[in-house]
Amino acid sequence: MSFDIAKVRKAFPILHEQVYNKQLVYLDNAATTQKPQSVIDVLSEYYQKYNSNIHRGVHFLSSHCTEATETARKKVQLFLRAAHAREIIFTRGTTEAINLVAQTFSQDHLKKGDEVVITRMEHHSNIVPWQMACERYGAKLKVVDIHKNGSLDLESYENALTDKVKIVAFAHVSNTLGTINPVKEMIEVAHSKNIPVLVDGAQSVQHTPVNVQDLDADFYVFSGHKIYAPTGIGVLYGKEEWLEKLPPWQGGGEMIESVTFEKTTYNELPFKFEAGTPDYIGAIALGAAIDFVEKIGIEQISSYEDMLLRYATDKIKTIEGIEIIGNANRKSGVLSFVVDGVHPYDIGVLLDKTGIAVRTGNHCTQPLHDWYGIPGTVRASFAMYNTKEEIDYLMEKLEQVLSMLR
Amino acid sequence: MSIETKQQEIVEEYSVFDDWMDKYAYLIEQGKELSGLDEANRTENNIINGCQSKVWLHADYKDGKIYFTADSDAILTKGLVAMVIRVYSNETPDDIINAEPWFIKEIGLEENLSPTRSNGLTSMLKQIKFYALAFKAKYGNA
Repeated sequence: MSFDIAKVRKAFPILHEQVYNKQLVYLDNAATTQKPQSVIDVLSEYYQKYNSNIHRGVHFLSSHCTEATETARKKVQLFLRAAHAREIIFTRGTTEAINLVAQTFSQDHLKKGDEVVITRMEHHSNIVPWQMACERYGAKLKVVDIHKNGSLDLESYENALTDKVKIVAFAHVSNTLGTINPVKEMIEVAHSKNIPVLVDGAQSVQHTPVNVQDLDADFYVFSGHKIYAPTGIGVLYGKEEWLEKLPPWQGGGEMIESVTFEKTTYNELPFKFEAGTPDYIGAIALGAAIDFVEKIGIEQISSYEDMLLRYATDKIKTIEGIEIIGNANRKSGVLSFVVDGVHPYDIGVLLDKTGIAVRTGNHCTQPLHDWYGIPGTVRASFAMYNTKEEIDYLMEKLEQVLSMLR
Repeated sequence: MSIETKQQEIVEEYSVFDDWMDKYAYLIEQGKELSGLDEANRTENNIINGCQSKVWLHADYKDGKIYFTADSDAILTKGLVAMVIRVYSNETPDDIINAEPWFIKEIGLEENLSPTRSNGLTSMLKQIKFYALAFKAKYGNA
């Protein structure tokens, strides 16, 4: 089946909106993606027809929502090629998933003098939770270097993995550079030293097939809203052995087996990590988003988006004074750039006036920007519904805007 | 010229533009014309950090009036800064404290005042008032 872009675009109502009386060109997909009608329909349908708190309810609506939530968990399991549905924990997003692991893991596995390894290209959400854990237990945060082209320095990575290192965390795909890290090889190296690995999949699951068993990731996390699902729902995948080993995180309803004032025993996986009423309708909608992606095919999406990225990269190189930040051999989803003598903020504000949504600034990777010695970049990021025509329009308007600013 | 008159003057200048490109081109021109700060005043102390663009603001007090000089690393912000300085500089602390910068909304650039714009302009306006209060406390209103 070939990739039918017209059909894809038709599924996303917001793409047909205008801003400042101009057709919206949405190129801020690494920040969040738009939602297809099928996902929006699930949200309104469930609130209109089925809403009822899940688990333990004996009535019809509760059973229906419970079943739908567990079906969604199963969909996530199959999407990530995980071994069991109980290895899928619903969280608010990537950030919460990383915090969950950082806090529970460090409780029993991090002590004074230990080390945690991350990389220079991490998003703040894969830096700060580890920094906080390290501060709390007197451990050290070690940062793996990158090459100027934005690829990871694998030698620096190997050298960083000393016997003091208790866990490694890195992005599958960099949100700023677009670099695809060689995750499988990196996990293999860490495992050869008995170090578990958390992979931040926030920028990968929507662009490329992921098989957590093949990667042998111990933890893999992502956000629903970056893969066409609503905001407020995300996923922590953890190997069963690890999730069993980690202590519970937040306490409350749902995560318990029995409670007395003297002693509480905890529920089994995955509920042990899902205290309180979860965003079950968000989870069901995430299931619908995954259905949408799988119906088109993640491989199809991946090759279409790669074509867009290559097209945009080739085109932008013809504009004078542009420097692309992130030139790794294997890239996905984002095109970040700076322009000689022009502030990214000015470019973003003026492009906005033409209907183009891009992101400017440091994209929550401040240490990475400091390292490059730049105040920020302009970032165009792509989704399955973007087109070559939109990229042509971006380039035309970029040249116009730059002629105003230079 | 009073703060009111200066604001009216700016509104008149902008009234001739009916599309965004001309308006922003004029804003950029104003940014380019702003002479900026002496190197000596381009200090950490004078920086107002927006999330995305930076503003430097320096104030001098002479014979009962405050004189502002300012700069920004982004040209659109610099254009806005130039107008703000034009309005508030060479005025008494009391006049500065009592005047609101209504011209920004009037010329259709109020979105730049939104905190989410992160350009440091809102903080700069606060800092201008703060300088006026501080100089008033120190020297009285001459």
